[in-house]
Amino acid sequence: MLDRRDLMKRAGLTALVTGLASAKALALDTATLPFDNGERPLVRYRQKRPMIGLTSRPPQLETPFSIFNDGAITPNNAFFVRYHLAGVPLDIDPDKFTLEIKGKIDHPLKLSLKEIKKLRAVELIAVNQCSGNSRGFFEPRVAGGQLGNGAMGNARWRGVPLKTVLDIAGVQQGAKQVTFNGMDGPAMDTTPDFVKALDIDHARDGEVMLAYRMNGDDLPLLNGFPLRLVVPGYYGTYWVKHLNEITVIDNVFDGFWMKSAYRIPDTPCNCVEPGTAPKATIPIGRFTVRSFITSLADGARLKPGSTMLKGIAFDGGKGIREVAVAIDGGKTWTPAKLGKDLGKYSFREWKLPIKLAAGPHELKVRATNNAGDTQPTEPLWNPAGYLRNVVETVRVTAA
Amino acid sequence: MKHAPLLTLVAAALSLAALRLAALSLGSASAAPISYTLPDETAAFKAGPNLEVVQNNCTACHSADYVSTQPRGPKFKKDFWQAEVTKMIKVYGAPIADADVPKIVEYLAATY
Repeated sequence: MLDRRDLMKRAGLTALVTGLASAKALALDTATLPFDNGERPLVRYRQKRPMIGLTSRPPQLETPFSIFNDGAITPNNAFFVRYHLAGVPLDIDPDKFTLEIKGKIDHPLKLSLKEIKKLRAVELIAVNQCSGNSRGFFEPRVAGGQLGNGAMGNARWRGVPLKTVLDIAGVQQGAKQVTFNGMDGPAMDTTPDFVKALDIDHARDGEVMLAYRMNGDDLPLLNGFPLRLVVPGYYGTYWVKHLNEITVIDNVFDGFWMKSAYRIPDTPCNCVEPGTAPKATIPIGRFTVRSFITSLADGARLKPGSTMLKGIAFDGGKGIREVAVAIDGGKTWTPAKLGKDLGKYSFREWKLPIKLAAGPHELKVRATNNAGDTQPTEPLWNPAGYLRNVVETVRVTAA
Repeated sequence: MKHAPLLTLVAAALSLAALRLAALSLGSASAAPISYTLPDETAAFKAGPNLEVVQNNCTACHSADYVSTQPRGPKFKKDFWQAEVTKMIKVYGAPIADADVPKIVEYLAATY
């Protein structure tokens, strides 16, 4: 939530921006995402390397895709940023920060960051991915943040299981859900605050984490400093940043960001006929299975002959069983060699030596998880532009 | 959970007390406060009809790139922008006067 000082800061910013049409100083360069109207500035933010700027207020920054070829872990300074509301908490004193736990519990708590850090810590490598990652590729196009494939990242999270804190608080009989609110808030009181909910059993599964470290460092401010929720295998919408309020409730939360937003079609494929509306919807949940080629960009030119193809794969928590590659447009598939297993919620690296004759080639990659779920050959569609996981194609020319 | 047995309660109280003590003994080893500055905005609304109405109604909550990055083409004209403006009012509580709505839609359809 915003205090008056924040509001004044922001009001000043707004006045400045509406008055000037030329505030382009921070755009270092541009990037072009491969869909219509995909030109984006490369922008420089504190604690971040140059990122693909989708929006500036509230900030949404996409990871340049080449970074995913550098390793299975996404550096903090390259990790994507997604805010919903313009009230980003810019002044945070970790010594004064408290996490409040309230609602249907026996012992209402206010924990300082130091107290949280004294509880037994756990570590987990997990992908965070925006629900709308890759929305810009939807056809027909849909409204919303027009992202390429860079609204995802994989980090080693350290923190305290949410279960530990809930057990100390003593969850009461009849509890159904737990809601999560962060310090960020809307510019207008009439805009619904960003609050998310998990079912009580999910919240107490021992894996959902209150994370204060990311890849061995404090969280970058724009990734939720000093504390964020980590919900392994689930889309980023649940990973509430600047988390300072947890409420145990005995009903199903009906706030806007659960009841109306972040919903997917309630059909077996969670998809509908392109351009149509679903009859019923449910809250978005786990990631679909995805895989990417990272060593060659679409449109790349390379020498004919041998090359090592590399990439990543991940899913919603079953773990990746197989990654297969086709270099003939999808007719014949060859299993790739999987890299080190960093856990079922992590990116899994893969590689495969291939030989390309002179000429154009369509390279495709397809992952299968341990439950047998895989990726569709043709894209599935839903009106919000979520869950994209079509088999990716990279077109290259050997010459 | 059923009514917590007494032992659990005592354990919880003890662990909290221990926690507070431990925290106290840590002293001031933690990080300094962060005061973060966001860069200046890089996008501005393009020139177009009723630009001022758009600036007055839209920029309090979001930057112009929320509009400029949306899909383009014949399917993303008046109906699309009408739906977006309605969403801003009904869903996000934007206090836009009725008289301003058609002006904003006209600007968006003509400019983007």
